[in-house]
Amino acid sequence: MTNEKNPVTQGKTPSIYPAKTKKQVTIIFFAVLAVYLFSMYWTQREMVGGIDGALGNMFNVISKFFPPNFAVLPAIWDPMVETIQMAIISTTGAAIVTVPLAVLAAENITTYRPLYFASRTFLNILRTIPDLVLAVIFVGLFGIGLFPGILALFIFSIGILAKLISETIEAVDMNPLEAMRASGGNVFQVIWYALVPQVLPQFTSLTLYVFEINIRASVVLGLVGAGGIGLILDQQLGFYNYPNAMAIVILIFAVVLIIEYISNKLREALI
Amino acid sequence: MIEFKDVGLVYPNGTEGLKNINVTINDGEFVVIVGLSGAGKSTFIRSINRLVTPTTGSLQVDEEDIIGYHSGELRKLRTKVGMIFQNYNLVKRSNVLKNVIAGRLGHTGTFRSVLNLYKKEDVGLAYESLKRVNIEEKVHNRADELSGGQQQRVSIARVLTQQPKYILADEPVASLDPPTSHQVMTYLKKINKEDNITTIVNLHFIDMAMEYADRIIGMRAGEVVFDGPVSEVSEQTFEEIYGRSIRQDDLRGGAEES
Repeated sequence: MTNEKNPVTQGKTPSIYPAKTKKQVTIIFFAVLAVYLFSMYWTQREMVGGIDGALGNMFNVISKFFPPNFAVLPAIWDPMVETIQMAIISTTGAAIVTVPLAVLAAENITTYRPLYFASRTFLNILRTIPDLVLAVIFVGLFGIGLFPGILALFIFSIGILAKLISETIEAVDMNPLEAMRASGGNVFQVIWYALVPQVLPQFTSLTLYVFEINIRASVVLGLVGAGGIGLILDQQLGFYNYPNAMAIVILIFAVVLIIEYISNKLREALI
Repeated sequence: MIEFKDVGLVYPNGTEGLKNINVTINDGEFVVIVGLSGAGKSTFIRSINRLVTPTTGSLQVDEEDIIGYHSGELRKLRTKVGMIFQNYNLVKRSNVLKNVIAGRLGHTGTFRSVLNLYKKEDVGLAYESLKRVNIEEKVHNRADELSGGQQQRVSIARVLTQQPKYILADEPVASLDPPTSHQVMTYLKKINKEDNITTIVNLHFIDMAMEYADRIIGMRAGEVVFDGPVSEVSEQTFEEIYGRSIRQDDLRGGAEES
């Protein structure tokens, strides 16, 4: 009998999770499963044609797009550069404005609760507005062009960046801050000497990440009239000039890939 | 001179950190506070530079009650009270000199310090301080490249650069091995004697307290239960302070190795 050597296994052994947790997890699992099944059933009913029609359409659409007309490349180079510039300007602006906002929205630095809650709420509201909605509003206010696009991306980036950076700030080692305070430093000196060195690598990395997002977002924003390559893409699609549109799509694809590659390498070097 | 008069401190969660403390610390003394963890040693020391604020009584530093101090006065107080921490509290990503020059923050305007426009004599002072703890060859190394003992020496240099009148050291050797602990304590003692800086050190190692202190204050449960020169202290005194018999882990040892 092995049981003689191993008295622990005799009698009732406790299960790894308590019965209550097991019950909760089971209920949650079936609830999620039910939601999936229901939404599957519902979308099937609403779908017209189903998958078979889509396959035939796909062949049709693709044949229209090929071969891409690369002769337009010189003409679309300028709007492509505009799109990149939009992303650069809006990301830079957002990175600057984010600094005070992120500090105010960090619980460990802004110890005055009402101010912390106010800035946190402000950022939450900012993040609930989709970039496309911002672009539509600003295009309505300022007309078609780059400026509304820059503004939309700027506000959109603040929402993401300030949230991510305030969370980075909340995770820093507070001990050096205490030391700076103990040697008589004021609030700005404490932040500059003990906080900034700790968050600077993440700050740069997150800013580059938001820049990548902005490049992609600025293409989409062009579709609603916010300037750049997206605007041209929208026009070409509107004229049913599919070979031109395909050349634009390929150019965007290549540019996004290159920028992401560079930015990834930079971020790897930073952290 | 530091004078605690009926000082009490109750934390917001109801814990009593200090109870009815009456202690006077004279200029130039080397005082070691002993007691188990949770006895109130840290609270005692942190009251002096107001990292925590006593709730009752009066606490005078150089004949001025510091309990009501606000931002400007507080910064002035903290420029003359330097502090050393158990975890060194250096900015790990900054280099050694930048960490040490931070000791001048209280003496330097915001604009100058943010742009690194330190006065030449301040930078000189920082370098001199590093020399005094024999770590000047690491001046441009990043703080996290240093060993624990080296980091603590850098934090001593930071305090020296501050040119304080008082040094508070909160468990400065708790994270170090025995030989390094003795080295750090020797530096603190040397600075105390050479610069006549009043030094208050929290320790829980009995043998180290006996070796370096001029005077020992024993604390238990937020109260001062012993206060006297080191010559009056015996093993029995420690047993009274700790409320139990002395064990091997109350001793740091290794005095002969350093």
